Amino acid sequence: MKKDDVAIVLCGEAGQGIQTVEHILVRLLRQTGFHVFATKEYMSRIRGGSNSTEIRLSSERIAAPVDRIDILCPFHQAALFHLRDRISKGTTVIGDRTNICLDCPEEVTDFIDVPFAEIAEAVGGKIFINIVAAGVILGILDIDMGMVSDFISRFFAKKDKEIVRKNVEAAKRGYQRGKKLLDSGKARFALKNPMARNEILLNGAEAVGLGALSGGCDFLSSYPMSPSTGVMVFLSQHMEDFGVIVEQAEDEISAINMALGASYAGARAMVTTSGGGFALMTEGVSLSGMIETPVVIHLAQRPGPATGLPTRTEQADLELALYAGHGEFPRAIFAPGSLEDAFILTRKAFYLADKYQIPVFVLTDQYLMDTFYNVPPFNLEDIHVEKQIVRTDKNYKRYVITEDGVSPRGIPGFGDGLVGVDSDEHDEESHITEDLHLRTQMVDKRLRKMNLLNSEIVPPGFIGNEDYEILLIGWGSTYHAIKEAVRRLDRNDLAFLHFKQVHPLHPQTINFIEKAKRTIIIENNATSQFGKMIKLHTAGVIEGCLLKYNGLPFSVEEIVKSLKKKLS
Amino acid sequence: MDPEIYDMGDIDIAWCPGCGNFSILSSLKLALAELEIPPENLVVVSGIGQAAKIPHYFKTHFFNGLHGRALPPATAIKVVNPELTVIAESGDGDMYGEGGNHFLHAIRRNPDITNIVHNNMVYGLTKGQASPTSQLGFRTPVQVRGVFLEPFNPLTLAIALGATFVARAFAGDVERTKDILKMAISHKGYALVDILQPCVSFNKVNTFKWFKDNTYYLENSYNPEDRNEALQISLQQDRLPLGVIFKLMKKKTFEENSGLYDKDKTPLVLRTADRKNVLAKLIRSKS
Repeated sequence: MKKDDVAIVLCGEAGQGIQTVEHILVRLLRQTGFHVFATKEYMSRIRGGSNSTEIRLSSERIAAPVDRIDILCPFHQAALFHLRDRISKGTTVIGDRTNICLDCPEEVTDFIDVPFAEIAEAVGGKIFINIVAAGVILGILDIDMGMVSDFISRFFAKKDKEIVRKNVEAAKRGYQRGKKLLDSGKARFALKNPMARNEILLNGAEAVGLGALSGGCDFLSSYPMSPSTGVMVFLSQHMEDFGVIVEQAEDEISAINMALGASYAGARAMVTTSGGGFALMTEGVSLSGMIETPVVIHLAQRPGPATGLPTRTEQADLELALYAGHGEFPRAIFAPGSLEDAFILTRKAFYLADKYQIPVFVLTDQYLMDTFYNVPPFNLEDIHVEKQIVRTDKNYKRYVITEDGVSPRGIPGFGDGLVGVDSDEHDEESHITEDLHLRTQMVDKRLRKMNLLNSEIVPPGFIGNEDYEILLIGWGSTYHAIKEAVRRLDRNDLAFLHFKQVHPLHPQTINFIEKAKRTIIIENNATSQFGKMIKLHTAGVIEGCLLKYNGLPFSVEEIVKSLKKKLS
Repeated sequence: MDPEIYDMGDIDIAWCPGCGNFSILSSLKLALAELEIPPENLVVVSGIGQAAKIPHYFKTHFFNGLHGRALPPATAIKVVNPELTVIAESGDGDMYGEGGNHFLHAIRRNPDITNIVHNNMVYGLTKGQASPTSQLGFRTPVQVRGVFLEPFNPLTLAIALGATFVARAFAGDVERTKDILKMAISHKGYALVDILQPCVSFNKVNTFKWFKDNTYYLENSYNPEDRNEALQISLQQDRLPLGVIFKLMKKKTFEENSGLYDKDKTPLVLRTADRKNVLAKLIRSKS
């Protein structure tokens, strides 16, 4: 077992309180200064099923999921079967024999029986089972008990005093059990001194939300849809402090048309949605292109087609985002690889959308949305937002034809001019036209904005030896898993190129590919959508691909294993 | 104010000669002028169709968006800048058909906007198919057996959903339509004005004469604040009532409910608050 990197998995039915345990463990461990990473996979149901949460902690920075399980805490029998592929000799299962019967899968070799239910009953009822379990894990990890009781008290502070006391008691009794296991040598972990104090802990939804707030977002209209709803909830929670309007629209069509109305009137508007909801928004993407009104579209991907797997992850909506909307007009697509990216690129999306009066996408996925880890606090030095809005005069024309294609954007009620926008082809004053000569000029004007857009593409990130022979390409949320896999493979002929802007494609892309003897692309989809895009836009040849589309993100081990096979 | 302030001069208008849209435009200009709303304070949001071309034919800010989608942008424009007078205007197919869901929920949201619907009971721009308000038995090249879908009743629906101002006008009466529009625009909250209008090209049944013969104005004694009576009146099919059918005061608007203007009346889009400190505090709270 790797000593300085512990992977804990909690698994049970929806409704058994796993989320509470996850919440307590992740934040408490964070406060002790360990690097913490947590991700979850869950079923699209409110009760029952088998959901699991993986929590990794280490004294070194970690930000990727692993298959390995060091400590498994099953809350029901089915958990062991749900996770049997990931259980190995190194897995210590800590469970209650009263609900985990002897009929374990053969993979389980180390089972420690802890009577969670009995302990919980002694404290006051089965409802405390999850807190007892949290206590056991914290005991095994040798976390200071004072910190544990403080945290639990604060966590339940809004509840009745007696409930707080019982929860603290449940945690304490669990903790004593865990400590006993540690002392008896049954469970051994040697985490080094924690180093990551003063960092923040958040998930992808919060990082996108913070990026939006820092980018000046003051209007969000959306329709709830997993896994994109977290951003809407986050902005709602902070709408009063920041002066943001968050409106739950009647459908996604309304959501994007509202956002465009708000944006036309001068707001910095955003929508957050997922595949099926975004499909309904596509008319609005086209409208944004035609009326040259900025909008930021956060598209959190989940597996399709149609309803697909609502609570799982995939990277299969890249082509949808790229081609959504009828007609031809410029757009940009960001694909954050990390929480820092999610913050910076969402802010940048607002800047680009405003500057070029176009739709800009932030393409994430369920994995990134639901994944927590610690990062240094975001830098707020350059967050000043400059609105690209002009005061109009009497002779103002909304679509004046300019050399760079960008017409100064006025808004109603700011200046003496009139501001019209029109979804029909229009003249400079925005009135309907069927002057076909003007039509060509207007199309050219809109497309000329591409030249400016192309001048500020975020370059791909490069990791590895400059003299590589094998180049791995990834985009979006697979960043940390591929990065850790590359580190574990430890080959000096291997490099990794990660794209966080996938459209327009950076002009250096071809140079990276031509330099490699072999290029392998890694994507969470079935048809290598980004690989196809690269082939379409460059002359680059991609020799191999590693694709996954079962609804789960890549683990570090499976990338390592697949690459070893490919490269042997 | 002189209604000429809205005139565009010599422009090409795409409406058919004799179309009811011309008189609706006249009524609207008169209403706006009498209410002294200058073009710089007015935003007209429209969808697609012949009626939806109206903001191209007089001076105003405008958002001529997509088919059926006038209400969502209109709602958003009003909430981010409540100082603007916002009108959402389109035809019956646009508002009640393609935009039906937005119609329902805009009423529930109660933004302080005026929703004007040119209702000629037919699709004009697509050349004569049935609209949601086409009457039973109305034959078209598509509805060859005659319309058998129950006609959409926007008035009853609006009252049932809690609309705070519901009126019906007739395009043939410029003066009284102007009066109704003035009341609607002045009303605080969502206001629906369904304007009956002949389509000279594609509706040979519901003609100018037909509307004359089949409508009547509500009497002065009618109390539009009685919701039950208003529902009954709105259901009348034999002769269609004209005038303010229902109105309700004292309902909070969407803008008021947003909470955004509780302390600061400055329109959201004109605010210049620096977020750095509050953002730094929020980020620190994540540690």
